[in-house]
Amino acid sequence: MTLALFFFYLFSIVVVASAFMVIASRNPVHSVLFLILTFVNAAGLFMLAGAEFLALILIVVYVGAVAVLFLFVTMMLDVDFASLRTGMLQYAPIGVVIGGILFLELLLVGGSYLMAPTISGAPVVPIDQTIDNTRALGQVIYTRYVFLFQGAGAVLLVAMVGAIVLTLQHKPNVKRQDALKQSTRTRTEATELVKVKTGQGL
Amino acid sequence: MEFIAAALNYLLGIPILGWGTEVGFVYKAVLFLLALLIFTAYILLADRKIWAAVQVRRGPNVVGPFGLLQSFADLLKFVFKEPVIPASSDKVVFFIAPLVTSVLALSAWVVIPINPGWALANINVGILYIFAISSLGVYGIIMAGWASNSKYAFLGALRSAAQMVSYEVSIGFVIITVLLCVGSLNLTDIVNAQYEMGLAHVLGVPWLTFLNWFWLPLFPMFVIFFISALAETNRPPFDLPEAESELVAGFMVEYSSTPYLLFMLGEYISIQLMCAMTVILFMGGWAAPVDLPPFTWIPGVIWFILKLCLVFFMFAMVKAFVPRYRYDQLMRIGWKTFLPISLIMVVVVAGILQYTGWGWHGGTM
Repeated sequence: MTLALFFFYLFSIVVVASAFMVIASRNPVHSVLFLILTFVNAAGLFMLAGAEFLALILIVVYVGAVAVLFLFVTMMLDVDFASLRTGMLQYAPIGVVIGGILFLELLLVGGSYLMAPTISGAPVVPIDQTIDNTRALGQVIYTRYVFLFQGAGAVLLVAMVGAIVLTLQHKPNVKRQDALKQSTRTRTEATELVKVKTGQGL
Repeated sequence: MEFIAAALNYLLGIPILGWGTEVGFVYKAVLFLLALLIFTAYILLADRKIWAAVQVRRGPNVVGPFGLLQSFADLLKFVFKEPVIPASSDKVVFFIAPLVTSVLALSAWVVIPINPGWALANINVGILYIFAISSLGVYGIIMAGWASNSKYAFLGALRSAAQMVSYEVSIGFVIITVLLCVGSLNLTDIVNAQYEMGLAHVLGVPWLTFLNWFWLPLFPMFVIFFISALAETNRPPFDLPEAESELVAGFMVEYSSTPYLLFMLGEYISIQLMCAMTVILFMGGWAAPVDLPPFTWIPGVIWFILKLCLVFFMFAMVKAFVPRYRYDQLMRIGWKTFLPISLIMVVVVAGILQYTGWGWHGGTM
């Protein structure tokens, strides 16, 4: 148990420290790298809570795909790092207010759970302790919540189609490649054998 | 105190000094690491030898008999050279990048079962763990490309990131089809499933184990996995991140000495990891190809290594005789050919399994 506790504190400290570094570091690329460190350690916390499936999915989806694109965009930005810092004090009050509200909400949720555990009600779906959590998650998602799950998938699909529609441009006069046409082309229609008389040329 | 005692017992096996009931985790890990690194040295040599043989050259043949010590000579050379740090680079990220690449490549091996019960960590979500680790592998390359502060390195990193993210999608779908047939995310279960059910059992010749393996019923996925593995590990013909004719050496341009060595090491270890994955997912892991005495006398480890070498031989041959792809062709294959095929196969396989009741169901039925 103490071993788990040790790792809990280790992961938590790294999560909090790297989350702080996300906003504190001067270079935006460093910020994204610290964000990734935060994600990975949060996955470690999930793992400690016994949710190994969620932990690895967090890494695959957020760290492996979303954060890569994030890093991509941040690297390509042509920004003057010094000018990024100028508005810091101007926006600080708003940040403090939002942070305070979030902190109070967390405190309320955690506090109410501590003081009166019954207030949140019994879990809607009882957890079967005998099966591993990948199977448990699948049994809930694909039975009770199947429409919500599929609906969430459809929303993501629509978002993706929307992004493609917004950025796809068909310019006129741009030569496009047709792989099928290229690979079905035979030698006879592509080349012509000409017998050239010596000294005359074509 | 209890915590330190528990940790020491688990890691080092201190109360019994590693002898007795429990061998410390650290000993096993170090032994495995050493074996893996020495194997990597010879895989690297084999790669160069095969490449040379295809081009009718001799390859490395000076250091040691048949050049067998060439990799170790290279190691010493790399280690004793001076690392050159570009003046305008981001020095911390510059040195973290090769570490990330090699450490991630090594850490994925912890769940690979090369023999029944030999996996260092036999976790329930083993395959997802490998998938997660290999999706992290792209960071080493992006960080290297960005921190070098060089045009070529940056272009190589961008190419590589797009390539690895694209091919991860089709690898994911291939893994999903195998998982549908097995019904478990545990790698040991995946190998057991290929021994206990499959085509040979259906045909009534259960001793022909090699017919049981998933390469036959899932043949299209096997091909897609192999090609995607080439792209995922930046092997030729998909080595666009380091295309030397266009980008000098891609993201590794600015690296020298030990950091460069770490990149090469990470690359070859993840190539072996992909070979091991092919063996586990499609070629029955440690199982003998025919379940009859002369074959079953050979231990599972040997079979696993033999199969791994076979897959690596295919990797090496592809490197030797396939010309490099153009970048748009690479992207077209990934998104317009492999993704639709693997998506359709997921649906088809799921449908067949659902309506016939085949599959291993996690060994519970």
